[in-house]
Parts: sequence; structure tokens; C-alpha cells
Amino acid sequence: MAVRIVLQQADLDRALTRIAHEILESNRGADGLVLLGIPTRGVVLAERLAAIVGRIAATEIPSGALDVTMYRDDLGRNPVRAPQPTAVPEGGIDGKTVVLVDDVLYSGRTIRAAFDALADLGRARAVRLAVLVDRGHREFPIRADFVGKNLPSSARERINVRLAEIDGDDAVTIDGRDD
Amino acid sequence: MRHLLSTRDLERPEAIGLLDVAEDMAAVQEREVKKLPTLRGKTVVNLFFEDSTRTRISFEAAAKRLSADVINFSAKGSSVSKGESLKDTAQTLQAMGADGVVIRHHASGAPQTLATSGWIDAGVVNAGDGTHEHPTQALLDAFTLRRRLHGRASRGRGLDGTRVVIVGDILHSRVARSNVWLLTTLGAEVELVGPPTLMPVDTSAWPARIGYDLDAALDEVPDAVMMLRIQAERMHAAYFPNSREYARIWGLDDARFDRLPPTTMVMHPGPMNRGLEIAARAADSPQSTVREQVANGVSVRMAALYLLLSGERGES
Repeated sequence: MAVRIVLQQADLDRALTRIAHEILESNRGADGLVLLGIPTRGVVLAERLAAIVGRIAATEIPSGALDVTMYRDDLGRNPVRAPQPTAVPEGGIDGKTVVLVDDVLYSGRTIRAAFDALADLGRARAVRLAVLVDRGHREFPIRADFVGKNLPSSARERINVRLAEIDGDDAVTIDGRDD
Repeated sequence: MRHLLSTRDLERPEAIGLLDVAEDMAAVQEREVKKLPTLRGKTVVNLFFEDSTRTRISFEAAAKRLSADVINFSAKGSSVSKGESLKDTAQTLQAMGADGVVIRHHASGAPQTLATSGWIDAGVVNAGDGTHEHPTQALLDAFTLRRRLHGRASRGRGLDGTRVVIVGDILHSRVARSNVWLLTTLGAEVELVGPPTLMPVDTSAWPARIGYDLDAALDEVPDAVMMLRIQAERMHAAYFPNSREYARIWGLDDARFDRLPPTTMVMHPGPMNRGLEIAARAADSPQSTVREQVANGVSVRMAALYLLLSGERGES
């Protein structure tokens, strides 16, 4: 089983900085932006993005966490999952432009669940999606607005996102399964 | 988790995990939309062979907030009063496709029988059986204690070093039994206080201190005092001379309440007999957690139903 590094720390920083600029560009500024990360690594990415966007726009960008566990459509097919905390920034999401942030976009099922979860929190003016890695294999008509890296992969391969806050270092790796 | 029958066989990580899920459920209760789609399409049957209002509506609210369909079955006015056995009732529920059964029964061990007999595939939650256990009550008590002690930093924590005094009718109390096991598992120290006539004959296997003097127990300034209800319906023998004497010796009256520091929580599983085991001033004080216990009950029961019913069935 070969492990290949796809993004190193510098690549990851560059990708996040580019996404931050793209978010500001598409939103025409920082007004009404709320970044919500999907646990676990999406939350860290959302915090980092909020810091970068805030630095560029010289303002504070609220970021939080949106857990989608209890909205998943595959709960009955897997062992019980422990939910993670949801943390909505003060001011809520009503009328805001919510940017969902996740590490890897794959089937799209997590994002579908996130739409349901978001609807229970309020009515956002618009919902955007930012992901660090898009690996293809979508099972829903969902696409990301902001992508760090497109990584066409085989369903047998495993994409691993490592972030310093959780894993000790920054890297995106791919495990090729030669079987 | 396949069934929730007692707190005695709950491991510490399992118990803390359940309380952590309950934190998430409590956060949902503070939103405008209090409902989750998690158990959509599942059926939960509330099978109550014994009268209960608060536990039943708490379970009903919990199941409904997880989008499960709820069927309430009370023994009064049902085929049970015509002599139907637990087995036949269970098989009826099985045929109706119940995914979860919440059972309260006057016989200790009835939930265990229901869960292990093979009559039914559903997950079983014990909502109080005889004088045996009432696990969700103990879990909501532990949740309430943890939240008051640690607030937002509660997740992942136990109750290590917390001292809890449980006062009253220990003999008949399934709440006391469930709390002794659970609170000890979570690291708390439990002391049981009550009249000798209302203390079980042999408590040597219980991880709790036994006392008969409430004033002595309160002198040690516990973190929480849990007053148990005097269960008039179980007082068939002369356990104490009269209720005034009980209130004077083992009740949390105004004088005893005034001696407690404001940091000591006053807990009661409800329904309260005001003036008997607890004075109105203690029950309505900011130290009282009675209303929080009710609100937390829904969150804890949502967590239990989620852990029992959301995953694929069949694993242990």
C-alpha cells in the first residue's frame, strides 16, 4: 500500500489563501459572511479560513461548527455514530451568506445532510460550499463553489487530510490500495 | 448499545458517551426548531404497566423530537387488564413493527425478560421496574450534576470527587439504586441516609456509605442532596410512626436547608411531597435543580433512544 503526499503544508496554506480571496470576491466583500465547518476537520478549516478572510478584509469573520450526524441518510446502515457539537456563531445564520467548509467532498451525502441541518437553524440568504479536496464520485447533484484541489481518485483509494490542530501536522495524503 | 436496562452494567466510557450525546440533544432543545429527523420511520412504544405521567411524557417528547412515531400503551384499559401476558403483549408489539420499547413495570426484572426472551427484536429501555432500577432517571441526575458543576466544559468528564447524599426511602427506591451504581461509576461518592426501616437489609455489595442521621450527613457539606419521594403507594407497613415525625427527622426542612451553603444542589426526582421530604423553600430555591432535572430528562432520553435505535440493529 503506497502512501503519496498530495499537498504539503505550504500547498495547503496557498490553497486556503486562494479560497479566502475567492470567497471575498464572490461575496463582493465580507458583509454577512458566516463560515460553518463540518466536524471534525471542516471546523478547523473553517476557523483558519475565517482568520485569513478576516485578515484580508480587516474585519472579524464569524465561524462555527455544523454537525450533520443526526441528519445523515445512512445512520441505519452503520454502527451508531457519536454526534459532535454544533456551534452557531452569535447572530445566527438568518439572512447571512453561509459558507460550508469540509475537508473532502466525495459522494455529497454529507453536504446533503448539511442542507437539512442548516434549514433547522434558520434561513440563510445563500449557502456556498468550500472544500479542501474534491475527489469526485458524486452521488448527488452537488458541487463545490471553492475547491482547494481537484483530486480525481479511485473509490478504492483513501484520501487523508491531516491538520496540525488535530493530527500534529498539515498534509493531504492518498493511500493507493494495490489489490 | 442494544438495550438500556440498568446502570449497574454501564461502563464509564459508555455512560460519559451517553451524557455527551445528551449535551448535543440539549443544544437542540435551545433552537427554534427542536426536532431532528434522526429516527424518522422508527416506531417507539411506551409500554407502561404502572402509572406515570412525567416519565411517559418525557419519553414521548424525546421520541417525537427525534421524529419517531410514538404509540402509548398503558395497562389500564388495555388487554393486560383482561389477563394478557407480557409475552403476548410483546409479540403483538413485534407484529406491529416496534423498533424500540420503553417499558415501566411493577415487577423487578420485567425489562430484562422482555429484552432477552427473544419475543421481540426491538431495543428495550427500562423506564423503571419494581424496586430494581430506573436508569434514565439516574442518567438525568448525573447529567444535571455535571452541568451544574462544569457548565460548558462538561463534555467528556465524569463526576470524580463529587459527594452526593441520597435521603429517604432507599428500600423501595429504584432511583436510589440506579444512582448508586451510575454515580459511583462516574467517580462520585454516594451516601445513603434514611430510617433503618427504609434501608435494605443487606447493602454490603453497594458501593455506598450508609447513614441514619441526616444532620450528620449535611454537616459534611455534600455537593448535592437528593431527596427521595415517600412513596405512599408502597407504605404498606409501619415504616415510620407518622409523616410529621418523618419530616422532622429525615425531611429537608427550612432549618436544615438554611445550614447548607449556596453551592449545595437540592435534587428531587419528583413528584414532590412538599412539607414531607422537602420544604417548599428548598424546592423553589435557586439551589434546587428540580425543573432542570425535568428538562434534562428529555435530552438524556433522546440520547438513549438515539444510541439504541439509530445504528444498524444486531451489534452488541
